[in-house]
Amino acid sequence: MHDERFPGLRRRGFLAATTGAAALALVGCGGGDTDDKADSGSGTPKRGGRLRAAFAGGGASETLDPHLAGLFADVARAKALFDKLADYGADLSAEPRLATKWEANKALDRWQVTLREATFHDGRPVTAKDVLYSYRRIADPKKAFRAKASLEPIDLDASRATGERTIEFVLKRPTAEFPNILAAFGAYIVPEDTADGDFDKKPIGSGPFRFVSFSPGRSAVFRRNDDYWDGAPHLDELEFVVANEESARVNALLGGQVEYAHELNPTTARAHEGKGQIEIVRLRNSAMQAFCMKTDRAPFDDKRVREAFFLIADRQELVDGALSGAGVVGNDLFGKGYEYYADDLPQREQDLDRARALLKKAGAEKLKVTLDTSAVAAGFTEAASIFRDQAKKAGVTVEVKMGSKDSYWSDILDNGTLCCYRSGAMPIEAHISQRLLTDSTTNATKWKHKDFDALYQQAQSTRDKTERAAVYERMQRRLYAEGGFLIWGFADWIIGTARGVKGVETKAPANTLDWARFDKVWLA
Amino acid sequence: MSGLRSFVARRLLLGVAQTVAVVLLVFALTEALPGDAAVALAGDQPDPARIEAIRAAMHLDRPAYERLADWAAGLLHGDLGTSLTSGRPVSRYIADGFGPTLLLAGLTVALLVPAGFGLGVLAARREGGPVDRLISSVTLAVYAVPEFALGVLLVTVFALNLGWLPPTALGYGTDLLAHPAALVLPVLVLLARPVCSLSRLVRAGMIDALASPYVAQARRYGVSAARVRYTHALPGALAPAAQQLARTVDWLLCGVIVVEALYVIPGLGTVLLNAVAERDVPVVQGLAVVFGVLTVVLNLGADLVAHRLAPRAGVTA
Repeated sequence: MHDERFPGLRRRGFLAATTGAAALALVGCGGGDTDDKADSGSGTPKRGGRLRAAFAGGGASETLDPHLAGLFADVARAKALFDKLADYGADLSAEPRLATKWEANKALDRWQVTLREATFHDGRPVTAKDVLYSYRRIADPKKAFRAKASLEPIDLDASRATGERTIEFVLKRPTAEFPNILAAFGAYIVPEDTADGDFDKKPIGSGPFRFVSFSPGRSAVFRRNDDYWDGAPHLDELEFVVANEESARVNALLGGQVEYAHELNPTTARAHEGKGQIEIVRLRNSAMQAFCMKTDRAPFDDKRVREAFFLIADRQELVDGALSGAGVVGNDLFGKGYEYYADDLPQREQDLDRARALLKKAGAEKLKVTLDTSAVAAGFTEAASIFRDQAKKAGVTVEVKMGSKDSYWSDILDNGTLCCYRSGAMPIEAHISQRLLTDSTTNATKWKHKDFDALYQQAQSTRDKTERAAVYERMQRRLYAEGGFLIWGFADWIIGTARGVKGVETKAPANTLDWARFDKVWLA
Repeated sequence: MSGLRSFVARRLLLGVAQTVAVVLLVFALTEALPGDAAVALAGDQPDPARIEAIRAAMHLDRPAYERLADWAAGLLHGDLGTSLTSGRPVSRYIADGFGPTLLLAGLTVALLVPAGFGLGVLAARREGGPVDRLISSVTLAVYAVPEFALGVLLVTVFALNLGWLPPTALGYGTDLLAHPAALVLPVLVLLARPVCSLSRLVRAGMIDALASPYVAQARRYGVSAARVRYTHALPGALAPAAQQLARTVDWLLCGVIVVEALYVIPGLGTVLLNAVAERDVPVVQGLAVVFGVLTVVLNLGADLVAHRLAPRAGVTA
């Protein structure tokens, strides 16, 4: 009927949707976090009820096609209806889901994956053919599905089903971190021969909830799948509603119109935390906050200047000011708390004397740089002006330049020398392969070093995990010493729930398995 | 009456020209925005190859004039085109968003007319008295409060503190009539400023009219005070008020973005906001056409009313 040439490609990428991430973060980072679940107490799960969850959404263009999932609302809905072969744990390592096990050959370029016994909502079993169909759909060269780049290492023409529930994946090169590919954003399994138009009318998945109704930009209602392989959800029904305005989500939660509100501001959290009206859940290490220096051009082609900038930043001041205190300081490395994170490196502190000395040595006294920023993510403009003031104390003049919101990420990719940057959670390996290799497609720091590329290849061909971790550590030491990312903090993600909502996981950075996972939640 | 007919015809022709101009302007402005739909969609994954693929799939790689010509040709067949981002027809976006916006606008106008005129007439009757001064100062004060602030204030007091009304229309979708309580606060916010401007206009018009020679003459003939007020003075005061009302309706229909966002009402304002953010040009253009036509028709109607009520004032006022 209508032109389906580009069904529902979503505005702003998934991580872009973390726009609010910075602002969201937590307030005052005191207190030990010992509880895994928010106020789960010792209560036993109770069955029944409908949970209404409010997310920021994409308006009338929304779709239930899980391969198009780009916004948090899309992913939460996709997660309720569909499964992936694997998903990320709290430390961003791959955990088995539909796949029960994966085994590599010696060269790490052929992987045998075994599926568990699971059924789609229409009763058909999930088979190897469905998996291959789903992956081939995502990799369709004519489309631009988000997971396409993640699946790139798989040679799908050579991969085949070796049985009803076994698949042999042939890879283009050794890939030790192959399970990460199975857990990639948007790599959901749909039944073989699902057509584009089916998703909005009657999407069939193997997830914990079945489809009931959907109207784009307004509401999606799902019902419990009693036959779910991971145990039926406690809730009878789950409804997703869309409210782009944060105040609307908070008001709806306070007014009892919803029981779960995603993406709240630190100020909101501060106002309601501990007041007993609603529960505030903070997901740590959800969004990396950074300044990004282009290492291929002056003045940042001199590693002494980069080091000087590392030393100029007062990280706590940035966290307090730009994130309203909601988050933790960074150490110029991506992935705090994630698998392979080099956490034994000393915490970088502000040292203006040393910074001035380094700049002098580099012949960069009275340095002037332009810092590109934009209102594209909360806290960006604040971070820029705070850093400008910090740099002034080291004799560096930073000129803050505001850019357009909608083309920011593409503008800063090749232009300018210094810019504000942030990223959602992903495995450290993915951060490296997407942003720090010579042929990375979004290499904003222009970090291009053959020996660094070689280390990455070495890690990918190393079978032993301890040895692999050692290679990752070498790479991180190099980035810590002279990389282009000045990673000053990690923002927390803030969620509000009604008091009766139990079982919301707190140790789940946004984007991981347990985040926005409603099959384990119940209403007390 | 042929003078009136040619006036209407001229106004309609002018309206068509205005609508075309608005559409061309919208097209030119969206073209001039930094980054196209492909860049906006790629977000923080600005992989150049991916952006190129999106651009090709959306036919954005074709020259602007070709895209404009295609769209205009479709428009002549009553086809508003398809959304770049979802591939759904633009007409469906507009049809879906129209209901809630129309409902809000309709309710607001239904309350605005009696309230605005009533307050205006009341103030004019007691010109200079305490009632007049109270109405004048309250309307001025309310007029000065921005919608967003008023909206937040009303939610805090009536929804969250007192618990009398739902804070938003979240989850009700387009079926707002089934939840009338959810409409109270948004309509109040929408009503607040127009009531003030309208009642002040009516008051001023009435005072002028009551002081005019023809009213004095009517009084001398012994016509009752009420009759003088409502059949002789009020129509003279109505002409500017009618035009103000048309502008208000126009403002209401063109999507009152703040109110829709605050109360989560999925109307035209929300559609417009999302479409601009996504650089979804066909949707923005479709809305521009609809808004343009609405503006022309409403203003034409207001001018006709003004023409009828106060022919001497001249129709071009």
